[in-house]
Amino acid sequence: MFVIGERINGMFTEAKKAIEDRNKEPIQDLALRQLAAGADALDVNVGPTRGKPVENMIWLIETIQEVTDAPICVDTPKFDVMSEAVKACTNPAIINSTKASVPELDRYVPLAVETGSQLVALTLDETGVPRDVDGRVMMGATIVTKAMEHGLDMVDLYIDPVILPVNVGPKQPAAVMGAITQLKLISDPAPNFVLGLSNVSQSCKERSLLNRIYLSMCVGVGLNAAIMDAFDKDLMNAAITAEILLEKQLYCDDYIAAYLSSR
Amino acid sequence: MPVPDVKEKFSGVVHAVTIGATSEQGGSRTRTVTIGGETGLPMLSFEAEYPHRPAFALEVNTAGADDWHSQARKHVGEVAADLEKWAARCEEWGADLVCLHLDAAHPDLGGRSPEECADDVKRVLGATGLPLIVWGADVDEVDNNVLPKCTQAAAGENCLFGTAKEANYRTLAASCLADSHKIIAEAPSDINLSKQLHILLGDVGVNVQNIVMHPTCGALGFGMVYIYTTIERGRIAALGGDVLMQQPVVVNMGKEIGRVKEATSPDEDAPQWGKLDVRAPLWEAATAVGYMEAGAELFIMRNPEALQQAKTAVEALWPKA
Repeated sequence: MFVIGERINGMFTEAKKAIEDRNKEPIQDLALRQLAAGADALDVNVGPTRGKPVENMIWLIETIQEVTDAPICVDTPKFDVMSEAVKACTNPAIINSTKASVPELDRYVPLAVETGSQLVALTLDETGVPRDVDGRVMMGATIVTKAMEHGLDMVDLYIDPVILPVNVGPKQPAAVMGAITQLKLISDPAPNFVLGLSNVSQSCKERSLLNRIYLSMCVGVGLNAAIMDAFDKDLMNAAITAEILLEKQLYCDDYIAAYLSSR
Repeated sequence: MPVPDVKEKFSGVVHAVTIGATSEQGGSRTRTVTIGGETGLPMLSFEAEYPHRPAFALEVNTAGADDWHSQARKHVGEVAADLEKWAARCEEWGADLVCLHLDAAHPDLGGRSPEECADDVKRVLGATGLPLIVWGADVDEVDNNVLPKCTQAAAGENCLFGTAKEANYRTLAASCLADSHKIIAEAPSDINLSKQLHILLGDVGVNVQNIVMHPTCGALGFGMVYIYTTIERGRIAALGGDVLMQQPVVVNMGKEIGRVKEATSPDEDAPQWGKLDVRAPLWEAATAVGYMEAGAELFIMRNPEALQQAKTAVEALWPKA
């Protein structure tokens, strides 16, 4: 399971304040603590902070790179911010994200190839998120086709079939799983699959429980990465356990300690 | 359309483990032996790196060789009463290491005292410049008394001591830590237990890079397939990035060869099997090569002729660095 820690995000008050004050310590602390908790990579999102997004993003990236060489998942919807930010990454970079529309793919995929980055591609376009499995699969096919056309290896592609909160879209969790199941067969090797997991429980009461059960279910159909809260220990343990049950990791009695120490 | 690249690339690497210490390194060995370091499954020279050749140890046993099968005994018989001569002869026979088995400490084989065993270790170290493996008597209480004395006696020599088992690992782990030796973790044909044992050793302070694992072994024709698949499955996990399975593998196989009739029965019992003096070493060498193809890197053998045959095979098969 490739865990992308979600906590360095201007949506969170602590991160927002640190970015605006140019205070490195809380950001570096968030980075190191997420990695210690089991994160493999760090999502970085400036959120609604004051100042120029590109400057904030590059400051964040440089601040994190001072303390770790873990991959950085550059999270912004703006192409100009993305292309500047990815170039500031000396750590491995993950572009998060492009939409599935052709013009978008035609600029994001080449950016990934040119910079040697990995790419997250969402199954949504200007018309929004598909309501069903088929819409996601069609967009997934477009993504894979464009990735191949521009020479991006499938191992460097993450398809994000976009999960919506279960309280507003009760059919969506199953549709996402159906899409992963089908898209896994689209190429050999298959692309990777990632979700912005916490979205499934947005504004719900039992957030942690929803997150970890849904993550386990998705891992069962082939999800192999998630942008998620690495500080949620129950969630991390569920992810590790799901992989044990699928024989993605070798079992031993202390498999959780083994997983965390094996990274 | 270009031909697709089908080479497998793994993220994990087998740990390289060095045994022995020269005088510059605080020991008295004339050379050291390093095993491991592979970046792929065995023998695939086109897709991985194999920086260190498998290494071969010959067994020297404090209980002598009286119960060894005839074809091994015929070589070692004349030196088997004298550990020092025996150890020195191993070097002449082409061994990379000497493996001293402390069987005489076993209560049924004389119950040699910890002090006497430590002296045995010292004498063998004095008789040969090869790196040393020291193997206990495989009785927990005995090993817990004997091995700490032996690790002390060999302090500075960076030996490989075994074996640590799930039910009995703390004493040996502490002794190896105190005297800076490498350690053999033994889990009989059980990959999950093997991983667990490495965690347990890590918890008491052993660096997992100082472990060599022993999945136990059987001779060709005697359950070899179970061990083969255990080694192979572990190696795939190791190369996939499982740090707790990235230890190189030792197989202690000399004793096992004596258990199969194909390698020991006299010519007249089954003439169609060929001459015993050819068959016996070939059986041991073929067993070694089989395990090498599974991923094992360190072989403890009894028959010097078999050792030479196995080394010849490695020479021909092992990918050039």
